Amino acid sequence: MSGQEIDLKKRRFLTQATSVVGAVGVGFVAWPFLSTWSPSAAAKAAGAPVDVDISKLEPGQLVRVLWRKKPVWIFRRDDQIISDLKTLESDLADPNNEQQQQPEYAKNPTRSIKPEIAVIIGVCTHLGCSPTYRPEVGAADLGGDSWKGGFYCPCHGSKFDLAGRVYAGVPAPTNLVVPPYHFVNDSLIRVGVDPQA
Amino acid sequence: MDNNKNWIDQRFPLTKVWNEHLAEYYTPRNFNFWYFFGSLAILVLVIQLITGIFLTMHFKPEAGLAFDSVEYIMRDVDWGWLIRYMHSTGASAFFVVVYLHMYRALIYGSYKAPRELIWIIGMVIYIALMAEAFMGYVLPWGQMSYWGAQVIISLFGSVPVIGPDLLVWILGDYAVGDAALNRFFSLHVIAMPLILVVLVFLHIVALHTVGSNNPDGIEIKKNKDKNGIPKDGIPFHPYYSVKDIVGVVVFLMIFSAVIFFAPALNGYFLEHANFVEANPLKTPEHIAPLWYLTPFYSVLRAIPPMFGSQFPGVLAMFAALLIFFALPWLDRSKVKSIRYRSLPYKIALGIFVVSFVWLGYLGMQPVTPMNAFLARVFTATYFGFFILMPWFTSIGQTKPVPERLTGV
Repeated sequence: MSGQEIDLKKRRFLTQATSVVGAVGVGFVAWPFLSTWSPSAAAKAAGAPVDVDISKLEPGQLVRVLWRKKPVWIFRRDDQIISDLKTLESDLADPNNEQQQQPEYAKNPTRSIKPEIAVIIGVCTHLGCSPTYRPEVGAADLGGDSWKGGFYCPCHGSKFDLAGRVYAGVPAPTNLVVPPYHFVNDSLIRVGVDPQA
Repeated sequence: MDNNKNWIDQRFPLTKVWNEHLAEYYTPRNFNFWYFFGSLAILVLVIQLITGIFLTMHFKPEAGLAFDSVEYIMRDVDWGWLIRYMHSTGASAFFVVVYLHMYRALIYGSYKAPRELIWIIGMVIYIALMAEAFMGYVLPWGQMSYWGAQVIISLFGSVPVIGPDLLVWILGDYAVGDAALNRFFSLHVIAMPLILVVLVFLHIVALHTVGSNNPDGIEIKKNKDKNGIPKDGIPFHPYYSVKDIVGVVVFLMIFSAVIFFAPALNGYFLEHANFVEANPLKTPEHIAPLWYLTPFYSVLRAIPPMFGSQFPGVLAMFAALLIFFALPWLDRSKVKSIRYRSLPYKIALGIFVVSFVWLGYLGMQPVTPMNAFLARVFTATYFGFFILMPWFTSIGQTKPVPERLTGV
């Protein structure tokens, strides 16, 4: 090496080239590690549709089932509740379901296929708590006479009506989500699959 | 003995490290009560590491088994209840100690130049500690574990565009479940403890490079005797190593009292709902994070949704945490210690402490219109402390700072 000039330019190039190749290598190795965090094949397979028998569901009664590990509420509304839904519209943030929180076939005033049967994912659109079912009309802690029954989220105080529509001025930004579902027959609902066209 | 020491010193700088960091590490002679909490934080870290290692021997990180395995530790493993309560009480004790340690930095200006890096490393430790505590709280798989995880992880789902995918990636499933529990276990027992230990090491290296601040906020290195030793300095060992033992004894008395007489501390250290196994179908009536996270939780709740998104509240919550990093540059005052600060600073600090405590209290309470209003007021004063700091630290009359340490 004695007597030879050190070629700094070449040295810098080699340093940079080695760094870039090394960084690309690190990126490729990081990918499998990061991918292990995605849902496994087993977790994906566990998201199958769920069948629910509603033949014994009384008006006002609510059942909870798990679909994709999320609580899904299915409850029967009577005529009084259905007519009350219209009177609430001025208190709601999105009474006409402008935001895509439901399938097309549920974009109607009751947010359901049949007006009397509601199917809603029971996960608050704020931060994922499951709101409490508060059907009693005029509950003093929820606004007294103006309360026509609905859901109250104990975590942060969000309120929803009995169609899962969010009240204005609460932490939750959007209506509750209506999952894809259809009626296999009059007494059986399949949650997770759209109706056949 | 001396021969052995020589043998080692030729191969490892044992005597050098001992002298530089203990026997000849000169610390200001006027440390008071507030200076116990650094060494106590190390003590709690060691308690958490040791108890954690033993809990890991009996815990089962699987959604179907986790809750039962914790009950098994509590009832069937000999002395298991003691180790578990040491660990759960240790988590809260860690934050008690760290909050007092941080408050010390605030009142004596320990974050100011030349100690900015110590402060920044300390803040990273604080955030890592929050992550560690949060993931640890998920492991027993009680109702609060589950729903707390649900709420905190949903925060990431509110990120615009990538939120929903990010959420699924973090959870490894479409909801909180076994996959999340398992990866939190891994992070809680391996990744975060390693990171914490390294960060604490860096925190101390940075501290020992510039030297400790003190209640007068004076640099003792500016006044050295002819041997180059600060005139107001005393060797850390034996002076403060012995003094810290007093702090350790008092701390352990209180720590033991909690472990033996009130391990749940009426729901503050272990929430009642967490003695019920996780149930994805039923949210507990009232859900709140543990006390050490509630100030930030309050900020999150105080911000209403904007543009049909919860994201602004999430941003505010992280901003409330990250703004601490800017503290060394927001503070324009010439003096460090509260003893010589101007009146506007003292008032502002008082308002900040009141805001922080109130936010912490409100974060544990259910949402009512009054609570929401108060949370907004205190969120405003919280941020006001930082945003207005360049102004209120440059007005008002500071007191003259003495040349040498006072008292003692």
